Amino acid sequence: MKIIVCIKQVPDAKDVRLDPETNTLAREGVQSIMNPYDQHALEEAVRLKEQLGGEVTVLSMGPPQAVDVLRQAISCGADHGVLVSDRAFAGADTWATSYTLAKAVHKIGDFDLILCGKQAIDGDTAQVGPGLAIQLDIPFVTCVQKVREASGTELVMERMMDDGYDVVAVSCPALLTVVKDLNEPRVPSLKGKMKAKKAEFKILSAEDIGADSSCIGLPGSPTQVVDVFPPPPRGERAILTGSIEEQIEQLVEKLAVYL
Amino acid sequence: MDYFLSEEQEMIVEIAQQITDERIIPQRAELDEKDEFPREILNSMAQADLFGVPIPEEYGGFGGGCLDIVLALEQLGRGCIGVATAFAASALGIYPIIISGSNELKEKYLPSVASGEKFAAFGLTEANAGSDASGIQTTAVLDGDEWVLNGTKQWITNGGEAQIYTIVAITDRKRGARGASMFVVEEGDAGFSCGPKEKKMGIRASSTTELIFKDCRIPKDRIIGRLGTGFITVMKTLDSSRPGIAALGLGIGQACVDEATVYAKQRVQFGKPIISFQAVQHMLADMAIQLEASRALVYAAAKHIDAHPKDMSKVSSMCKVMATDMAMKVSTDAVQVMGGYGYMREYPVEKMMRDAKILQIYEGTNQVQRNVIGQELNKEYSRK
Repeated sequence: MKIIVCIKQVPDAKDVRLDPETNTLAREGVQSIMNPYDQHALEEAVRLKEQLGGEVTVLSMGPPQAVDVLRQAISCGADHGVLVSDRAFAGADTWATSYTLAKAVHKIGDFDLILCGKQAIDGDTAQVGPGLAIQLDIPFVTCVQKVREASGTELVMERMMDDGYDVVAVSCPALLTVVKDLNEPRVPSLKGKMKAKKAEFKILSAEDIGADSSCIGLPGSPTQVVDVFPPPPRGERAILTGSIEEQIEQLVEKLAVYL
Repeated sequence: MDYFLSEEQEMIVEIAQQITDERIIPQRAELDEKDEFPREILNSMAQADLFGVPIPEEYGGFGGGCLDIVLALEQLGRGCIGVATAFAASALGIYPIIISGSNELKEKYLPSVASGEKFAAFGLTEANAGSDASGIQTTAVLDGDEWVLNGTKQWITNGGEAQIYTIVAITDRKRGARGASMFVVEEGDAGFSCGPKEKKMGIRASSTTELIFKDCRIPKDRIIGRLGTGFITVMKTLDSSRPGIAALGLGIGQACVDEATVYAKQRVQFGKPIISFQAVQHMLADMAIQLEASRALVYAAAKHIDAHPKDMSKVSSMCKVMATDMAMKVSTDAVQVMGGYGYMREYPVEKMMRDAKILQIYEGTNQVQRNVIGQELNKEYSRK
């Protein structure tokens, strides 16, 4: 089974600050990590490879230093890594990113399955996975919490819902986005780290993937960010305690003020 | 301090560190409380190739030396030496085969231990044979194409959890030290069983049981090395493994310095953090001095041992004594710095102090180590 896993380098959430003037993420001096959801996607891909054979290619779009997450992916069991990197991609929204990744997938060639994290912890949109599937014209299943059965041609899985889960079957090629309940990502192995140290990565430019310049980066992004602001602080809250009767009494007292 | 480790050694440290921080530390209190064997954590170590570190490359391992295993054990020991002991005991159990085993035995057993698919255990101690190995009662008698083992081993780490056991048994009592041999016994061999798990003061995540041999019959070719070389193999095994125990002491020492210092910065008495008091500062300083001095000796000893020198026993004993006495002292002091909180199970240093004690006892008590060092000194100076 040929599997592509889309991974993104993101700032470590333990270390996130907003620039008070621009209201954007302060990225300077912040440690970068592999998006946590993507780690679960990678783990599932490596497990499917171990079960069914085949190979895992990790794909990332980002600045040149994003090869760090590709290297980390190799140490955790991926076979190849591809980075799409070009100044022309800067400022891409989820549409332009989906388009760019789709072009890169065409360049990589044949695949049976694409796995993505449900969302990245920096943008939190959860749009790129489904967007990529639409660009590639393949079926997709979001929020996969468990893969029940897998063959080279079909997968049966559980899709997480607010009140339980759906059981969904899909034919390959397909795209899945995954949640953290799916698995526990492995610690890199010594063999993996040694392989990662020597690994070389293909770096593809906008020209290499044959991208239409009007569809990439800021010019290719239909999204316009009009304003970014932190949510207003929540009003004062109180937790009532005591027996139900006492709590009702307190509640009535508090509401009476507004009558 | 920078000890100028190789790139591969840095990788071993990173992997062991990640397993310690993400898997061992969150679970150690529960494993201790429940006397629970850490199978899942060991599986993640297997997946990360750590079990392969001491195994030669031709048998699926990394051919790592003493320092490589020391670095892994120091990190794991920082989390929990109960878990780390289960890991270390598998290496200890397989060393006799690496050191003295035939190619057939190596081919048969090393790859599955390197991959972590199987665990090993080392069986020397008996009820009447601890520091004095000549008190061994377990016997092995050749009967046709089979060895027949009888006797009971005591306090065997990984008992009941291991699949491969390397056992010392007397093959000719008249020949004294040359009358012992080592054998491989497998889980499931007829006549071999393990006793119930012992209840221990510390390292409670590790399993410790008796090994019972009642007319246990094993194929003739399961002997490790030549007949009568059992004690030589045991000595060589322990010389190689002792720095690993020293490394567990470094792990505890580091964890105690970390815990006690962070606490001393937060704890306020008389209107100031207690680290501002010289009495506390001096305790922390002494802990840090002893830790770093021990680390320097253990790393240097491990590198020295990797060159297979003649004075291996002395150096190996020296680093074991120094680092494990340090662990006992530093963990006791960490509890003292943390006062009443340190004594509570809610904080980790209470467990570290209980755990540290075993390091002065197992793989040769620190008194026996001093005997070894003293005897070696006597020999050296007789030659001069």
